[in-house]
Amino acid sequence: MSATVASGPRAYGRRYWMFAVPAALIVLAVILFPWMFTLFMSVHDWKVTGETPFVGLDNYAKMLTDERFLSAVVRTLWFTTAAVVAPLLLGVWAAVCFASKFRLRGLARTLFVLPMMATPVAISLVWTMMFHPQLGVLNYILTSAGLPPSNWVYDTTTVIPTLVMVETWQWTPLVMLIVLGGIASLPTDPYEAAILDGANAWQMFRHITLPLVWPFIMVAAVIRLIDALKTFDTIYVITLGGPGTASETINILLYQTAFAYYDLGYASAMVVVFFVLILLISLLLLRVRQREDLR
Amino acid sequence: MNRHLLRRFLGRLGLYASVLLLVSPAVLFFLWMLSLSLKNELDNTAWPPVFIPNPPTLDNFIDVFAKNDFLTYTINSVIVSFSATGLALLFGVPAAYGIAKSKAQKAAALILIARVTPGLSYLIPLFLLFQWLGLIGTLVPLVITHLVITVPIVVWVMIGFFEGLPGELEEAALMDGANIWQAFLYVAMPLARPGITVAMILSFIFSWNNFIFGVVLAGRSTRTLPVAVYNVLTFEQISWGPLAAAALIVTAPVLLLTLVMQKEIVAGLTAGGVKGG
Repeated sequence: MSATVASGPRAYGRRYWMFAVPAALIVLAVILFPWMFTLFMSVHDWKVTGETPFVGLDNYAKMLTDERFLSAVVRTLWFTTAAVVAPLLLGVWAAVCFASKFRLRGLARTLFVLPMMATPVAISLVWTMMFHPQLGVLNYILTSAGLPPSNWVYDTTTVIPTLVMVETWQWTPLVMLIVLGGIASLPTDPYEAAILDGANAWQMFRHITLPLVWPFIMVAAVIRLIDALKTFDTIYVITLGGPGTASETINILLYQTAFAYYDLGYASAMVVVFFVLILLISLLLLRVRQREDLR
Repeated sequence: MNRHLLRRFLGRLGLYASVLLLVSPAVLFFLWMLSLSLKNELDNTAWPPVFIPNPPTLDNFIDVFAKNDFLTYTINSVIVSFSATGLALLFGVPAAYGIAKSKAQKAAALILIARVTPGLSYLIPLFLLFQWLGLIGTLVPLVITHLVITVPIVVWVMIGFFEGLPGELEEAALMDGANIWQAFLYVAMPLARPGITVAMILSFIFSWNNFIFGVVLAGRSTRTLPVAVYNVLTFEQISWGPLAAAALIVTAPVLLLTLVMQKEIVAGLTAGGVKGG
């Protein structure tokens, strides 16, 4: 516990908030200004060139009947759900494994973490080569194992599951690290008592580990949720939303609307809606964190 | 062998099998990336695939630098990531200290919102702003937008670090007549050096990896490496060898940094659930 500031005799002389002023100015300039300006643009018919007439809530109304936007929303939710659940399950499993002591654990953990540190564009390009239906190594592995080859990202039915696989490969380590941090902070006495009572590994996991690390799993879940909603690099590089619009999530459609069609007003309205969606989830994150702080 | 020992043995076996199963997708992926980059075009498009390059060739790497302006892109990436990280430390470390000392939970929450906002929502207005200011085509917009990634990482990691420091030493300095600025600079800062290392590495990596800001804001000669790999190579040549080599060049510094500094990186990531963009 650091020394209490507010109740100290010289507290009035310590204006610690001044330390935050320069950073706050940057945040204001680079984050707050864009927000305000986005709101402003979202109520205008704003193309890159020409007049920018005020159109009220037209851009927002347009979204409600825009089939492409609505299917992007549904697609995003389905992609997100899968890209949260899979890394969560695997990440908890990995955390339990990495919590026990074994030889070369440090090296194994570092190798496991590499996918989340690697440059997303670089790994996406290599995945693309691996997904090649005729020459890709993945179909070689499938056919060698006697399984039918897949069209991976080149088929409208398999593209989302394939992208979820990439996302899972990339972000399971983050879930593992957060949950591992939770397991590391657990007391050892319940386990000793359970071993004396003859409990097996599954029983100990189910009745001791899982309830105690649940708050950490929740934190990981919400962080994953936010990141999955925002996924851009991998989808952009691997499919660019294709084939057709089969993998076009909100974020990809947003990019296309703003920087391929230059319909900045409509794109801004989408940003606002997308941001509100994410903000609702981040409030959930704050609640979870607060509860964690109370512990 | 009695039952207890058998169960223990099976448990260990299960553990090793699990770890192997979990780690191999990562390891095999990067080995395949390496393999692609070291093979000639004939072997890269062979069926069944050639797994071990025989003989390995560095032609792909030479190709990447010879046929493209990769040196410029590398320099761009270095300038942008170092500037964005340096500025983030300059502004973020004192801010984190102030927030930690005054226990300003609201300010911490504001940082969290930056972590949550999608990168594209900054980009549309900033793109217009930089266009009006005539800065498109310089590295300035890239450095400024990368602050969106690096400042929250630095502040977030450092808040946790400063909160964990014992306050007694600064308290003693204040009693001896130092002001809070001196207490920060000469007492807290030296103690926080390990935390600063973590913040610096993470913010550098996530700035280096960033793609979306560059894709929108970079001009032809101001591309950073991730943008260059995507833009130049995928459109101007479709051969796999050079593509894999370029991908490896981009991500190798980050992978090496992770391997060397794994302890610091894991500590930082665990603390903040940090991720850029």
